[in-house]
Amino acid sequence: MYPHRQPPDNPHHAVLTTIASDSHTWNLLFLQLLLEEQGWEVTNLGACVPVGVLIEEATARTPGLIVVSTVNGHGAEEATGLARAVRAVPALARVPLVVGGKLNTSGTIAPDVHASLTDAGFDAVLTGANAVPGLLALLDTLPEHRHGRPHVDAVR
Amino acid sequence: MPSAEPAPAGGAFHRFIADAARTGSLVVQPRMGFADPARMRTGLIATRAADATTVGTLTLDSFTRVGDYAAAARAVAQDHHLNGYPLVSMPIETTTGLLDGVHGPGFPVQVRHGSAQPGRIVEALIAAGLDATEGGPVSYCLPYGRTPLATSVRAWAEACRRLAALREAGTEPHLETFGGCMLGQLCPPSLLVALSVLEAMFFRQHGLRSISLSYAQQTSREQDEEAVHALRALAADQLPDTSWHVVVYAYMGVYPETWDGALRLVADAARLAVRTGATRLIVKTPAESARIPSVEENVIALETAAAAARTTRPAAPPPSTGIEAEARSLVEAVLNLHDDLGQALIRAFAHGYLDVPFCLHPDNAGRTRSFISDRGRLEWSRTGSLPLDRPTAAQPSRRLTSSGLLQALNHVKNRYDDPAARLDRAS
Repeated sequence: MYPHRQPPDNPHHAVLTTIASDSHTWNLLFLQLLLEEQGWEVTNLGACVPVGVLIEEATARTPGLIVVSTVNGHGAEEATGLARAVRAVPALARVPLVVGGKLNTSGTIAPDVHASLTDAGFDAVLTGANAVPGLLALLDTLPEHRHGRPHVDAVR
Repeated sequence: MPSAEPAPAGGAFHRFIADAARTGSLVVQPRMGFADPARMRTGLIATRAADATTVGTLTLDSFTRVGDYAAAARAVAQDHHLNGYPLVSMPIETTTGLLDGVHGPGFPVQVRHGSAQPGRIVEALIAAGLDATEGGPVSYCLPYGRTPLATSVRAWAEACRRLAALREAGTEPHLETFGGCMLGQLCPPSLLVALSVLEAMFFRQHGLRSISLSYAQQTSREQDEEAVHALRALAADQLPDTSWHVVVYAYMGVYPETWDGALRLVADAARLAVRTGATRLIVKTPAESARIPSVEENVIALETAAAAARTTRPAAPPPSTGIEAEARSLVEAVLNLHDDLGQALIRAFAHGYLDVPFCLHPDNAGRTRSFISDRGRLEWSRTGSLPLDRPTAAQPSRRLTSSGLLQALNHVKNRYDDPAARLDRAS
């Protein structure tokens, strides 16, 4: 489903990030634990990540997955630029890239917002009650990731 | 409120709090902030008119918080929604206009912002004739972004000096620590107390003489009461020749979704404040879990808190479980690192002597962890390099899971949203 032009340095390595204006971190911490429980090694970039920092991190060591989580309501606007910037890097052109959280200020998500995010390069947009199950289902489809490692001991 | 050295005559916020402390009525304050000056003015007037002893709040928007004044100005020009008042981007006359006849000795207004580099904000609030704000080099840096701690320390030292210079012009400026609120939830009380005291000492070192120390309501009433008493004891020792008071924050984590649960939580915060001798309370509203609250919702929260405060009396501290001793160990270890408090704070985080659990900032060591015990208390499960005497972790470190984290984050919300909790209380 996700043929890689360039194989990831570690297929079990996920980069977890947010948009530059978003200072929330509990969502990132939750997702880090969730991904680790699924056997992923996670680089959690923390709050307010400039796109350049994400690109630098992801090109230094190509991950098997990039997860963008944002809850400040600016996601629908800001994350499109993030996706285009990631896709513009040849090594990252086909890395599975997902976005989720609360993507606009009203808390709802219109279909056209989904479309602009997928058009910009996201493989999946995950919101509402189905966000976490949707992410877990998506992880199962990733071919590099057939067997989870044992649970790692919490966050470092 | 301990008396200070002879203070300048001016300083609306400072004077108002000193008077309120004498009469013993709890001062309650919203976190209100609107981009529209007319709405902001309406909100301040409604706060003033509430059936409570109130001070006003001008909460700034997130673009201003991160220093993107151009984006804030653009948003105003294009009529876009902002989540607060863009103080720096607004013409000064707009701000003085909205404050005219509202702000004054009988109703002081504090600026709340969340910025690690508050220089422009401090300049703008002084230009607008205001004299009170809040934050701190650690508390407005680590939880909210990537600004290096050293940058924040420099910026806050400069901002403190600017504010303190008002004293020469006859105004006593007031500055409040946000250190007692780190990450909003799951930070053990001893570390909150230590950070609040250290930030207050930092303010004092840079010239402030009217200071408040924050503490945010956590998961256990008894533990919170012990913590506020500890905060007052440390402040009394560490802030000589300073007029200071404690400000309690209603719970800052995941908030109850039910109207009733939300109001009971803010009423409990008011009781905590009065029982422990705190002077001021920052409220949260019943709309908090869903969106930015309206003016009316703010007034309801203020009046609910004031009513609860009126039927509560100061109480003796609960039996000690060691919060004060832990906080003292942390503060003393930091003070021993450098005479300059800013340098001491930077070194303390580098060594892990201060280490905020679950904080993802690159300058935070990230070797500590907390949990909510079976008794509902917030405890250390891992103390990393914190300079604490007693052995680490009352309880063996349990592995933190994603579901365990969600449960801890929702602990207070679930308790207050549960209809059965009401019966527990009544019995």
